[in-house]
Amino acid sequence: MKRNAVRGLAYEEELLFEISRPGRRGADTPALDVPAVDAGLLLGELARDDVPGLPELSEVDVVRHFTRLSTWNAAVDLGLYPLGSCTMKYNPKVNERVARLPGFAHAHPMAPAEQNQGLLALCFELEQWLAEISGMDRVTLQPAAGAQGELAGIMMIRAYHERRSDAARNKVLVPDSAHGTNPASAALNGYDVIAVPSGTDGILHPDAVAECMSGEIAALMVTNPNTLGLFESHIAEICDVVHAGGGLVYGDGANLNALLGVSRPGDMGIDVMHYNLHKTFSTPHGGGGPGAGPVGVKEHLAAHLPTPVIVRDGDGFAWDHDLPHSIGRLHGNHGNVGMLVRAHAYICALGAEGLKRSTELAVLNANYLLARLRGHYHVPIDRPVMHECIVSDRGLAETGVTTMDVAKRLIDHGYHPPTIYFPLIVPGAMMIEPTESESLEGLDRFVDALVSIAEEAKTDPETVRGAPHHTRHRRLDETRAARRPVLRWQPETDST
Amino acid sequence: MLARIGVPTIDALFACVPDELRLDRALDLPTGRSEQEVLARLGALAAQNVDAEGTDWFLGAGTYAHFLPSAVDALISRAEFYTAYTPYQAEISQGTLQAVFEWQTMMCALTGLDVSNASMYDGASATAEAALMAIRITRRNRVAIAPGLHPHYAQVLRTYLGGLGAEVVRVDEAGPPALGDDVACWIVQQPGFLGTIEALPAHAEAAHAAGALLIVTVTEALSLALLQAPGDAGADIVCGEAQSFGVPMAFGGPHLGFLAGRQKHVRQMPGRLVGETVDTEDRRGFVLTLSTREQHIRRERATSNICTNQGLCLLVATIYLALLGRRGLRELAELNLAKAEYAKQCVRAHPALDLAHDGPTFNEFAVRVPGSAPAALARAREAGAMGGLDLADAAPDLGPAVLVCTTELASRAAIDRLVGALGGDAG
Repeated sequence: MKRNAVRGLAYEEELLFEISRPGRRGADTPALDVPAVDAGLLLGELARDDVPGLPELSEVDVVRHFTRLSTWNAAVDLGLYPLGSCTMKYNPKVNERVARLPGFAHAHPMAPAEQNQGLLALCFELEQWLAEISGMDRVTLQPAAGAQGELAGIMMIRAYHERRSDAARNKVLVPDSAHGTNPASAALNGYDVIAVPSGTDGILHPDAVAECMSGEIAALMVTNPNTLGLFESHIAEICDVVHAGGGLVYGDGANLNALLGVSRPGDMGIDVMHYNLHKTFSTPHGGGGPGAGPVGVKEHLAAHLPTPVIVRDGDGFAWDHDLPHSIGRLHGNHGNVGMLVRAHAYICALGAEGLKRSTELAVLNANYLLARLRGHYHVPIDRPVMHECIVSDRGLAETGVTTMDVAKRLIDHGYHPPTIYFPLIVPGAMMIEPTESESLEGLDRFVDALVSIAEEAKTDPETVRGAPHHTRHRRLDETRAARRPVLRWQPETDST
Repeated sequence: MLARIGVPTIDALFACVPDELRLDRALDLPTGRSEQEVLARLGALAAQNVDAEGTDWFLGAGTYAHFLPSAVDALISRAEFYTAYTPYQAEISQGTLQAVFEWQTMMCALTGLDVSNASMYDGASATAEAALMAIRITRRNRVAIAPGLHPHYAQVLRTYLGGLGAEVVRVDEAGPPALGDDVACWIVQQPGFLGTIEALPAHAEAAHAAGALLIVTVTEALSLALLQAPGDAGADIVCGEAQSFGVPMAFGGPHLGFLAGRQKHVRQMPGRLVGETVDTEDRRGFVLTLSTREQHIRRERATSNICTNQGLCLLVATIYLALLGRRGLRELAELNLAKAEYAKQCVRAHPALDLAHDGPTFNEFAVRVPGSAPAALARAREAGAMGGLDLADAAPDLGPAVLVCTTELASRAAIDRLVGALGGDAG
């Protein structure tokens, strides 16, 4: 087996505050060309004297500090990052270059629309492209991430029911396989959450949904393909059931990478959905954001879109604030526009054919992984998958090795682990999403690593359970962190 | 690969999608382009926007044009930072985790509070989340806002609270009000939207007298280096926008919402928190912690639905604060103050212009202009400047007025030109 990583340079680095030395600074300010002002004299008690908690460092100190920190991270540009439902695909470099163009990076959100026509045109076009890709009618780009998109979508559903004087609906159905954001977004809208059980085949069935339907149900939130990587084959019938009961269907677009050019949520009967531009449309994940979570709606929800919306205005574009039935403003400005620019560049580069090809290869890669892992790991629901597959630690029970151990041992092989212990309905789940970015050789090396760990679990379980062995840190004590929270650095005080 | 899977074609992999749901045509999108063509197309769109690099810039109103040190972009362009995700696997995410811990520490120092989270989407949603936090803590559901709150923040607050039956009331009287005992929090922006600085201790007293929390919202984070720490003045939650710490304006996002609070309220805080711990060999390291507050564990009982936040913007700000540091940040804030004081002096001296307020300001202030604000701003444009915000919507009672912001980017000569243009002097 070829090794994916060997040990290399590994630097130590203290906290900024520990390497701070009085009098150093890493950035200067221009010469004062106006009269100096004494802040203390001018502002009196409104002013502070100093912020002693900030560090004092030279530019070299700061550059080395963060460069060293960066070497402690796994990243897509270092290798396969198969975090299920997160779609860690390659982030094209041209996106970064485009987003840094001064006309995008240094434009102001409250400048008059006629001075930002290029940005309005870009946003308008992206709205239309996202609508075409998903089969929706209208799109808002305001939500800053998928969860804020969910919030917006559920708010529009509430507004829709209220406008029809159907306000008794106070519950939202969420499948037991759903992302945690779904129930949290519903609750943030004041809805009670009812869990709908998935079938033994891992997908939702119209009967199970029908059983939960009543005049109290405002909506069903559904992810398709679901978090088991399975296409919800009954989705059209399920949407019919919900609609017949007076409810609407929310589509969680986290897994849209499985559908580009193949099938469209809008054609399935979904009324409102979000897109994760940082998943499907290649904007970088940034170590935890920023993302972007635009929301698409069918025409019957368009009156409730967040304000303002972009409209055509002669040859150009303008902001329309006059939306009496809007849920209101959701973002302080126009959303995470820097991410919208990157997604626009991505769609521009790939075009219709390229997007479909990316979906095909993502699904091919996931099924190939599943085919090779079968027999080595337990496959809880053995059906053809879409863009991700699930295995579990059930077959390792006798060895005492768990999913957590396998994940940590993968790190020793130079891989970021898959999403683990999710979805909740599969005990010990490992949710693996390779994306279209991986080559056959890369997939084979990853499978070899997983297979070798399964074998090692039988011959040398202690080594697996003690992993990771080759990282800068060994396994970290999360229980201690939560029990005695230390959430900031403080200078050691003299205890005498 | 297909043989190993046991299917004849790629198309066969999609057999689980019913025929009637298969798209039987190509998507109606442009055909793919080369990198060169993508750059040309987006470059043409970028060129149609007025940007702060090519223009004298006096427009702030919650989004600020500051100088961006070169080291910031160089460091965040390291792919180990920007192509990673949420640091769930601590052993291979220590770079991100340590940076977040450093951010939390510096934000505690700047706000005067005990705990800072690892970012919110933007200042507006941070303010809404702070109000929700106050509602949970006090078990009351009225939120009172001061007139100085950014109008967009007030709108987002209403949107967020709409589904929960909570009420937002705007208190229009100047200064600290008498609040009812059903009020969860009193939200004051510092400096206010029109640039004026509030004496926070009196607001804290008013809020606490009613059993409410004081939430201080900050849109110009640089002011924290110069003004009394809101936590020291009695604020219970300090939140807002830290875009000023090195994050490009980018047409309004991605920016950097922040939220800090007191230790006793930590379990009601929204968003990610990073904590210190040790590994099995007793070496210091960092992990995401107190996750039982969060949606991926607690689902519908979570303190917020937030998942992905503004991680890379947080890194930008952490690097920016490290570069400027204790002395540099203070000096920069004083420079902003000096520019504004000079500009205000010029306005006072101009016969056609007037300051809308007498009180102290930081780097932003409202100016009454002759005739109409759009005409004044058009004159500024002719003189090569983005002259500020027309206050017709935000403060109609002022008459024709413009909100002017002067950061370190504004030269004395540019300020002179702006004041002349706003005042209607012949160019």
